[in-house]
Amino acid sequence: MATRQTASLARLMRAPAIILLLIWMLIPLGMTLYYSFLNYNLLNPANTSWAGWFNYQYFYTDPAFFEAIWNTIVLVMGVLLITVCGGIAIAMLIDKPIFGQGIVRILVISPFFVMPPVAALIWKNMIMHPSYGVFADIAKFFGASPVDWFATYPLLSIIIIVAWQWLPFATLILLTSLQSLDGEQMEAAEMDGAPAISRFIYLTLPHMARAITVVVLIQTIFLLGIYAEILVTTNGGPGYASTNLTFLIYRAARLNFDIGGAAAGGIIAVILANFVAIFLMRAVGKNLD
Amino acid sequence: MGRITLEGVAKRFGDVEVIPPLNLDIEDGEFVVFVGPSGCGKSTLLRLIAGLEDVSDGRILIDGKDATDESPAKRGLAMVFQSYALYPHMSVRKNIAFPMKMAKVPLDEQNRRIDAAAKALNLTDYLERRPGQLSGGQRQRVAIGRAIVREPSAFLFDEPLSNLDAALRVGMRLEISELHNRLETTMIYVTHDQVEAMTMADKIVVLHAGRIEQVGSPLELYLRPKNAFVAGFIGSPKMNLFSGETAAEYGAATIGVRPEHIGVSTEGGKWKGRVGVSEHLGSDTFLYVEDTGLAETITVRSDGEVRLRHGDTVWLTPNEDKIHKFDQGGDRID
Amino acid sequence: MARAISRNSKIGWTVAAWLVALIIFFPILYTIITSLKTEQEAIAGFDLIPSFSFSSYETVQNQNNYFRPFMNSVVIAVGSTLLALIVAIPAAWAMAFSPTKRTKDILMWMLSTKMMPAVAVLVPIYLIFLRTGLMDTRTGLVIILMLMNLPIVIWMLYTYFREIPGEILEAARMDGATLRDEILYILTPMAVPGIASTMLLNIILAWNEAFWTIQLTTTNAAPLSAFIASFSSPQGLFWAKLSAASTMAIAPILILGWFSQKQLVRGLTFGAVK
Repeated sequence: MATRQTASLARLMRAPAIILLLIWMLIPLGMTLYYSFLNYNLLNPANTSWAGWFNYQYFYTDPAFFEAIWNTIVLVMGVLLITVCGGIAIAMLIDKPIFGQGIVRILVISPFFVMPPVAALIWKNMIMHPSYGVFADIAKFFGASPVDWFATYPLLSIIIIVAWQWLPFATLILLTSLQSLDGEQMEAAEMDGAPAISRFIYLTLPHMARAITVVVLIQTIFLLGIYAEILVTTNGGPGYASTNLTFLIYRAARLNFDIGGAAAGGIIAVILANFVAIFLMRAVGKNLD
Repeated sequence: MGRITLEGVAKRFGDVEVIPPLNLDIEDGEFVVFVGPSGCGKSTLLRLIAGLEDVSDGRILIDGKDATDESPAKRGLAMVFQSYALYPHMSVRKNIAFPMKMAKVPLDEQNRRIDAAAKALNLTDYLERRPGQLSGGQRQRVAIGRAIVREPSAFLFDEPLSNLDAALRVGMRLEISELHNRLETTMIYVTHDQVEAMTMADKIVVLHAGRIEQVGSPLELYLRPKNAFVAGFIGSPKMNLFSGETAAEYGAATIGVRPEHIGVSTEGGKWKGRVGVSEHLGSDTFLYVEDTGLAETITVRSDGEVRLRHGDTVWLTPNEDKIHKFDQGGDRID
Repeated sequence: MARAISRNSKIGWTVAAWLVALIIFFPILYTIITSLKTEQEAIAGFDLIPSFSFSSYETVQNQNNYFRPFMNSVVIAVGSTLLALIVAIPAAWAMAFSPTKRTKDILMWMLSTKMMPAVAVLVPIYLIFLRTGLMDTRTGLVIILMLMNLPIVIWMLYTYFREIPGEILEAARMDGATLRDEILYILTPMAVPGIASTMLLNIILAWNEAFWTIQLTTTNAAPLSAFIASFSSPQGLFWAKLSAASTMAIAPILILGWFSQKQLVRGLTFGAVK
């Protein structure tokens, strides 16, 4: 009796959140799907007509599309590689008994709190700028000629910036995981005569496996949507050399006013993100019980 | 007053019957212990009495009044939880005061009761601390204090000592017994530890798979276990149970002999065996005798000065008057 | 002997860790240093000691009216967070304290909405904003950022609420507390720390959001993220000024962030790593 009352109250308390999220998910996504089948350009809205699969075909046959997909993959993979490997190394370093551990931690996680446009501008102007950047200063110091990073290696430059932003996240999570490693287990392995490398491979890595998975999956979700860093630095160029899928869709929608094409791209992005999402949901779901 | 009667009380979770319909009478002022292995339904039964779970069938009477549909608060019972369930954000004083605040007891009366409880439980110096700053035993006392000040008609204890270390457990056991002697209020105490049950209870209720196996005083349960389950559960070390030919000799499916009812000799006796492990406790010696051909090991309780060692050959003789006999279904044969 | 070695190794690890930490922190440090230089100093080559001139800060404020985007950021970050909390607290509460068979599915579904790439709904949201007059308004951004972060907020609160042991609520019920008493005296005080850390993390996320804020604002409602992004081309040549604007944009959140390290792990991994 009391239990039933609580249940209906609980339903009432859940309802607003569920309804809001349902609206947030269904209506815009439904509209995107609908627009993706329209010939709809904001410059010429009177000429809107049913397009069928044209937008998808157009996207599919556009060489920029494949370049963007490729760039997206390189960007995600590159950042993951740097952040996970770097994160493990730095986490293990901070986990050692060192002086001023608290301050070291704060310094290391700081880049995560820098908003993307600021991070990109700092790197673009202060660090990588071919005449006034620190990298140029270093090159000059060694007598080499400075590199014009964003013109020569646009995608790599963006990977470096994004990796700098996400390295703290990986480090922090891997460090949390590392700190829950059973010290006695390590001592037992040491007593058993396992050298440091074996202890790392057979104890530390498996222990961190779950955290690494979570880092990879969550970062992937965010990395697929990298936008501001590209906008501020290369604007997708030169050509399409640093355009990822998100940026390509943004270009179609906001620069070319091609609503139909952008919508079709959006649907493709959803499908891509879903691949990752399924794995992430499994990893998180396991933890729920 | 605290007379509690269960009439055909049953509990089902979905299709799973956790407690089949059972009847039980708890007299006013009694110290009743529900004991049984984990998962036997003893905690569920306590929570049904508390009103924290709704019964699926039957009635619960408190002092003759039907309390089946009463809310927990209105039943006039107080509960001490396994985790103590202290409010972490309140001081000890506020924790103890909370039930009285809810009952709108006048403030000076509140303070009087808190001071009395704190004095009785040695908490006077800790009243302004938070639960997080207390030791396990102190937290336990706060939980009891919170129960006492309500002046309930019965106390319910849900495995209250299981989070304490062995030494503290013995001390708290005594304190709770003393509390019962002083207050003379009904107490229902749930535990899986038969030693706690034997030492504290006026009446023990042995539960197994939701059913009541036996109700009786500690000595009744020890002397005349109603079935093989109770026989094996009550008593420490455990009773030796034999089946097969040995039992058939006595006209039973299973027979049981307590370790303290087996004589040991190095010269001769009924069963021959070899000493496996011997534990010398000073007052007693526990011998685990192997290779008897009857059971894997037979536990024997002997006096403290027996000097037998691993590998010695011994003869065992059960005290014939103290042999318990059980039939095919495990019920006692007299 | 053994102790001497471990002391030496501690010093060794300390040096290594500090070196790595300083390299990682260097871009931020150098920005702060440059913001304290004059424009001439800023382009004069590598130098870690500024003249401690605050003129760049003044320029940013005078020329660009820094105060407006700053206030926009505050209103949007705090507003969207409070709104999300109002919706999320009851929901997380209900799911934590009276779970049903479907609770787990609902939570997973909520999480799945977070997986939707923002760019996928750029077109409809952009058009809706154009037609409803929400474009370039704080209200519009508050709504969007609230919806965007709602799943994280619900998840974080849920994991915090679940840590409140059920026995405490039962104890309160035994002690005669009504539902109102339970919420007022037991649950709320115990839930406050969790709610506070959720709020903190969400403010950080909203403050740093840089897709919708750039897409859906122009001047009036532009928060710092959009304001800074507009620095990308023409004014980019003023190093000290850019550094001053950047420093002001990140300083408040950097400090908040330092306080929320632990909660960050929990919130961003949806409780999967604690």
